[in-house]
Amino acid sequence: MPLSQPSQVQRSVMSNQQFLTLCLLPLAVFSLAFLALPLVQLTLGAASSEEGWGIYLKILATPRYLATLGQTVVISLLVTVAALLISTTAGLYLSRTRFPGRGMLISILTLPLAFPGVVIGFLIILLGGRQGLVNQLMPGHVVFAYSSLGLFLGYLYFSIPRVLLTVMAAAEKLDPALEEAARTLGAGPLRVLGDVILPGLAPSLIAAGAIAFATAMGAFGTAFTLATNIDVLPMVIYTEFTLAANIAMASALSIVLGLVTWFLLLLARSYSGGTVAAGG
Amino acid sequence: MRLTRYLPLGVALLAAAFLIVPAILSILAGITANYFRGLSSGLTLRWIFEVWELYAGSIFLSLWIALCCLVVTLLIGVPAAYWLARNPGRMARWLEEFVSLPLSIPGLALALALIQLYGSHLGFRTSWLFILTGHVLYTLPFMVRSVQAVWAGMDLTTLEESAASLGAGPWQRFRDIALPGALPGILAGALTVVTLSIGEFNLTWMLHTPYLKTLPVGLADAYASMRLEIASAYTLIFFVIIVPLLMAMQWASDRARRLTR
Repeated sequence: MPLSQPSQVQRSVMSNQQFLTLCLLPLAVFSLAFLALPLVQLTLGAASSEEGWGIYLKILATPRYLATLGQTVVISLLVTVAALLISTTAGLYLSRTRFPGRGMLISILTLPLAFPGVVIGFLIILLGGRQGLVNQLMPGHVVFAYSSLGLFLGYLYFSIPRVLLTVMAAAEKLDPALEEAARTLGAGPLRVLGDVILPGLAPSLIAAGAIAFATAMGAFGTAFTLATNIDVLPMVIYTEFTLAANIAMASALSIVLGLVTWFLLLLARSYSGGTVAAGG
Repeated sequence: MRLTRYLPLGVALLAAAFLIVPAILSILAGITANYFRGLSSGLTLRWIFEVWELYAGSIFLSLWIALCCLVVTLLIGVPAAYWLARNPGRMARWLEEFVSLPLSIPGLALALALIQLYGSHLGFRTSWLFILTGHVLYTLPFMVRSVQAVWAGMDLTTLEESAASLGAGPWQRFRDIALPGALPGILAGALTVVTLSIGEFNLTWMLHTPYLKTLPVGLADAYASMRLEIASAYTLIFFVIIVPLLMAMQWASDRARRLTR
């Protein structure tokens, strides 16, 4: 009996490897067919026009694309800063204060996380459109939904929950003993905030900021519903592809956009595990 | 002192108002007879019925695609997560990073890539399977990560080794040891997949054909061409479907995270 054991173990090791390979097979096939090859095709498609690989230089040489890139970066930056300010303030408070209605408040602030961008665009229209709340309440004609303010508010809408979740998760991991020590040494609340809490949160804030920025850069649905008069990158990609049938330029701009958001989210992950991406 | 205490609460309340007020407006507008004249024009279910007549097909298509998406992500994602959990190391990290690309590349870019490669295969391009492919591509990383996180949190190797020493084969170990342990992660992943698939727009808008409109594509259609009451009533129906799913998803994800810690 003991003599037969080694061969049995060997056989089970073999079939073990085979079983594991079999486990990976569906993913390998799917990712190759529907992720790797399409991305290769996208890269080739970008170089398929007369300009060839020079199409990336054309982006920089065309004022319209350059202006779009600039506007997209500026609005995404503004949204990121606003979302960080609002969500850090609210998140710190909510993670360390207990009061009736707190759970409800957290639910309201995090629930829109997976609302599609189109719906968020419509909600902004209900606030600031022609039949919107602000136009009904305010004297005069106040319509902001289709301006850059409307776009900003739409982006802010889906950024607040993302940043809030990251901040609250990080705030719960802070060591309360450090704060106590600072207070015992006579530091006021603002001193504690600036010298203890914010430095402790810094990696998560950088991560949250990168997530918010990347999501805003890639947001399509919100801009699509608002049909804003300012050009943002995803809208330009869409019109290049559908209206101008300029497939090479649409692909090149997509690659630029994809590289930017991918890099930012990689950065976010290196500062804190897990990303709350998607949507917009 | 007073400022430092009340300012944060004020910010939290204002932010919550900003998020919830327009949602309430859309619900009210969906059941108001004439939104322009206000609530005094009376409440009605007329718009809801009209939406049902116009868009029931879109709603059912979305539910069907979400269900299929769940089945496919389970079949592909759970075994893949098992492989990743059993082979930790550089190879697994690279693979996970690659499979997670759809999380960090905008849906628009992914859709363009899919259309360029498969757009000329008309049978596939015009079928609902094309939309399903996009949804699986986008939701698969959520399933893989959710399940893998649970396996990474438990001592899978030791459990497997003890089961193997008792004579259990690889399939039996997967089915009787690994799978039951991963159930919280599978549940969280499943709810995430269904929620995201039902709400997916950016990819679907590019992949759909005029005969295949999903729920969010129908929403965009209603926002652009229908009166405000119908657009709102449709949004209301969407909320009724998506909000319970979102709440279940957050509950399941928190539970899975607690159990692995």
